[in-house]
Amino acid sequence: MSFLIGEKMTGGYGGADILHDCTIAADQGEIAVIVGPNGAGKSTAMKAVFGMLNIHSGRVMLDGEDITALTPQARVAKGMAFVPQTSNVFPTMSVEENLEMGAFLRRDNIQETIDQVYELFPILGDKRRQNAGELSGGQRQQVAVGRALMTQPKVLMLDEPTAGVSPIVMDELFDRIIEVARTGISILMVEQNARQALDIADKGYVLVQGRNRYTDTGQALMNNPDVRKSFLGG
Amino acid sequence: MELLNALILMANFVLVPALAYGSQLALGALGVTLIYGILRFSNFAHGDTMAFGTMAVILFTWWFQSMGINLGPLPTALLALPFGIAICAGFVLATDKLVYKFYRQQRAAPVIYVIASVGVMFVLNGIVRFIIGPDDQAFADGERFIVRARSFKEWTGLEEGLTIKVSQGITVITAVLVVAALFWFLNRTRTGKSMRAFSDNEDLALLSGINPDKVVMVTWIIAAALATIAGTLYGLDKSFKPFTYFQLLLPIFAAAIVGGLGNPLGAIAGGYVIAFSEIMVTYAYKKFIGYMAPGDWSPDSLLQLLGTNYKFSVSFVILLLVLLLRPTGLFKGKSV
Amino acid sequence: MTMNRNFLYFAIMAVLLVIVGQFQSWNLSLSILNLCLISAIMALGVNIQWGYAGLFNVGIMGFAALGGLAAVLISMPPVPAAWAAGGGGVLLSALAGAATIIGCIVAYAKLPKGRARSAIIVAIGVIGFFIMRGIFVPATDAIESVDAAKTGYLGGLGLPVILAWPIGGLLAGGVAWVIGKITLGLRSDYLAIATLGISEIIVAIMKNEDWMTRGVKNVNGLPRPVPFEIDLQQAEWFQNLSASLGQDVVIFSSIFVKLCYAGLFLAVLLAIFWLSERALKSPWGRMMRAIRDNEVSANAMGKDVTWRHLQVFVLGSMVVGIAGAMLTTLDGQLTPASYQPLRFTFLIWVMVIVGGSGNNMGAVLGGFVVWFFWVEAEPIGIWLMDTLTSGMAEDSGLRAHLLDSAAHMRLMTMGVILLLVLRFSPRGLLPEKTGHH
Repeated sequence: MSFLIGEKMTGGYGGADILHDCTIAADQGEIAVIVGPNGAGKSTAMKAVFGMLNIHSGRVMLDGEDITALTPQARVAKGMAFVPQTSNVFPTMSVEENLEMGAFLRRDNIQETIDQVYELFPILGDKRRQNAGELSGGQRQQVAVGRALMTQPKVLMLDEPTAGVSPIVMDELFDRIIEVARTGISILMVEQNARQALDIADKGYVLVQGRNRYTDTGQALMNNPDVRKSFLGG
Repeated sequence: MELLNALILMANFVLVPALAYGSQLALGALGVTLIYGILRFSNFAHGDTMAFGTMAVILFTWWFQSMGINLGPLPTALLALPFGIAICAGFVLATDKLVYKFYRQQRAAPVIYVIASVGVMFVLNGIVRFIIGPDDQAFADGERFIVRARSFKEWTGLEEGLTIKVSQGITVITAVLVVAALFWFLNRTRTGKSMRAFSDNEDLALLSGINPDKVVMVTWIIAAALATIAGTLYGLDKSFKPFTYFQLLLPIFAAAIVGGLGNPLGAIAGGYVIAFSEIMVTYAYKKFIGYMAPGDWSPDSLLQLLGTNYKFSVSFVILLLVLLLRPTGLFKGKSV
Repeated sequence: MTMNRNFLYFAIMAVLLVIVGQFQSWNLSLSILNLCLISAIMALGVNIQWGYAGLFNVGIMGFAALGGLAAVLISMPPVPAAWAAGGGGVLLSALAGAATIIGCIVAYAKLPKGRARSAIIVAIGVIGFFIMRGIFVPATDAIESVDAAKTGYLGGLGLPVILAWPIGGLLAGGVAWVIGKITLGLRSDYLAIATLGISEIIVAIMKNEDWMTRGVKNVNGLPRPVPFEIDLQQAEWFQNLSASLGQDVVIFSSIFVKLCYAGLFLAVLLAIFWLSERALKSPWGRMMRAIRDNEVSANAMGKDVTWRHLQVFVLGSMVVGIAGAMLTTLDGQLTPASYQPLRFTFLIWVMVIVGGSGNNMGAVLGGFVVWFFWVEAEPIGIWLMDTLTSGMAEDSGLRAHLLDSAAHMRLMTMGVILLLVLRFSPRGLLPEKTGHH
């Protein structure tokens, strides 16, 4: 069984179900990417794994433990971290304060982790005293990822981290995400830029209308002519 | 000499009173802006919270006075202040538990909080009048002046005198200390930072494990402390009358909005903007122009822009202008 | 079901008024009824704003005061000596004020943007203000010194006082338009703060501008739309009427006058109620409620939310202004110092919330119930305090304090009622009908 797995999840925001028997999983040090057309339930699937909506059947397991009933906050304490798509920084707080807030639950010395984040994103070290709201879009995403890493999570979940950033910044971000994965953290990511995302993915999930349509390694999906034709624009 | 007299005149009637009044407004506006930033509504009960806290301080002051405890040249009220703050904080926390908490859990629309705060305002209003009555109460004691007009004149040989009351000095010093302490708290402590984070982005703050109940509780305690301090300083400087505190609501809101609701730095600036505008617009410039003009010429009219009866319309006009031209305030408050 | 409920509540109200009539006096009962009717109209106005559109107006007092001002300006006879002394000056200063504002607007529109423009606008404003005040102050001083004990103001137009009711509505509507124009479209808090401010300022103006309202000297003896008791008592037909009913002429004349007022007020209430109901059921009303319930989607559907809110805010304020004019007509005098936020803003809010926001019938019922208990709470409160403290010594300081403070209990009670209804029964006595077709 995978380190993190959302198994046969069915549920929605209270109205009609959005997810149907949907399964998403990621192993340690692995990058798993969820792709699919608009309205396929990609973000919903991720939020279900993080406990932000109710699933009435299926379960979520982390490191062999059933965490289906836990609140998002409790899952953070269990070692999951989530980077929302928008409003993912504290705009009137400095970069460093953003990182400190990320580590709010920790009572030990966090300076080492802060230094690690600055090592990963050197630009943040340069701008540590600047307010996050004043940074460029790409830098803000870095702050958001950095904030999430401050809890020293075992799982990092990213909701469209490259939305609205330039292609160069996107490549840069993906490089950083690979680096993060190499430290043994599982990465679960929803991406609009399916081609580039599958390129770095160990595992890919193609969702359509809340159901698993294709599940394979990133490379295999890229090579699958059906997937290419329907979801990657040929 | 004429010029010096003119400057002293302005300092005596504009600068010193406006500094004191501005400090009082700034402390009041800080409370309003903190509540707005964290709890996301305009607290109409803030003026009456000030009255309530001040009433508690006055009662303790009287008690101390009756026991012969005093601070010498300083007003006994300063000694009573911590006790007043404690009572006010307790009351405010009780209203939060009984009134606002329910709407928070419901995630009610902001206007519902505002209506609820109007209800709280009237309950407070009733309690204060019930306990201490609707009339003026004097509670200032100790030394009255730091600088007296007469001794100032003798000392400088100028025609114009400068008066600085103890209450004015205390107001400015206290305001500086309180603001410094507040900013230290907000910028340097873990709890203070978590409050700023909560104000910035509530969802992300929750994701980061910040405890919303604690943030809300600390915010109410700070707001109650600020309200009590502002109200006591105002009462020492002028006098305590419950209805006046209700009327202070308008300049305080104006100060908070001018500075940008939710922005503490803006609230302080806003307090002084409102105080200086109010006093400068209602000041009669006849004597000042008389000093400034060459020879013995002096204008016939008082040269007063607006009667003092309308002083709170100054804050209202400034409020409307800010809403018209720059609704986020001069210092960029929360989104409108 | 709702029909029965409406009927039941109003029947209870009627019984209460009859009880007061029988056990206290019919005069008192009718006084209460008349103020119930006026309160109901004010509550209707607020319900239009809050119930239809979710606008929170904390300045009801100001709009009611404007209605009262209209009653004076329309109905009182003009004071020729005052007009001769300073009427021209006041008009001239008004012109100067208008010219200043127009000058500022023209400068804003015509000049290129920049510091120079701002400086010129400020200069025009300051100079214009001093010119205006230079004309205004001597003119009003002259007016106020004309027989200050009796007049000392310009008087009104000497028209029938009934005319003041619609004019009062227009006056209130005009001010509402300006306030709404600035604050609607911003966060709801700003409307609340701005209305709080404007109402304080309107009342301050009425207290201090003696040339217009005689300030705290009050304007007494407003013309009436109904006959005077003293004339009735001397009229033969009335003496015959009271004799045939077996009533004392003096008491019956007072009751008769109150009945006349009640008739007039009821007619206005019914007219406004009918119009409000029509509006609520029209496509316009449905759209208003759609906007109230989901502003975001209404905005997305291309509805101009701010413009709709402005309409509703002005209409509601007009209704409050009409009621304010009616109240001053009933009092027969304008007493600027009597405008207290508790009585004129807060109490009306309690009426709307208790009655049932969004439901016109509820607002009317709220007006009746809350006013009735507001009036009757004082004797009840004093009796209660008296009973509670009866165990204490006659000369006990605490007892005297508690008895003195009984009046303040009303503030607290009303606040508590508002909070309780808002919390436990937010839909009020007569909830809004939803899901109807």
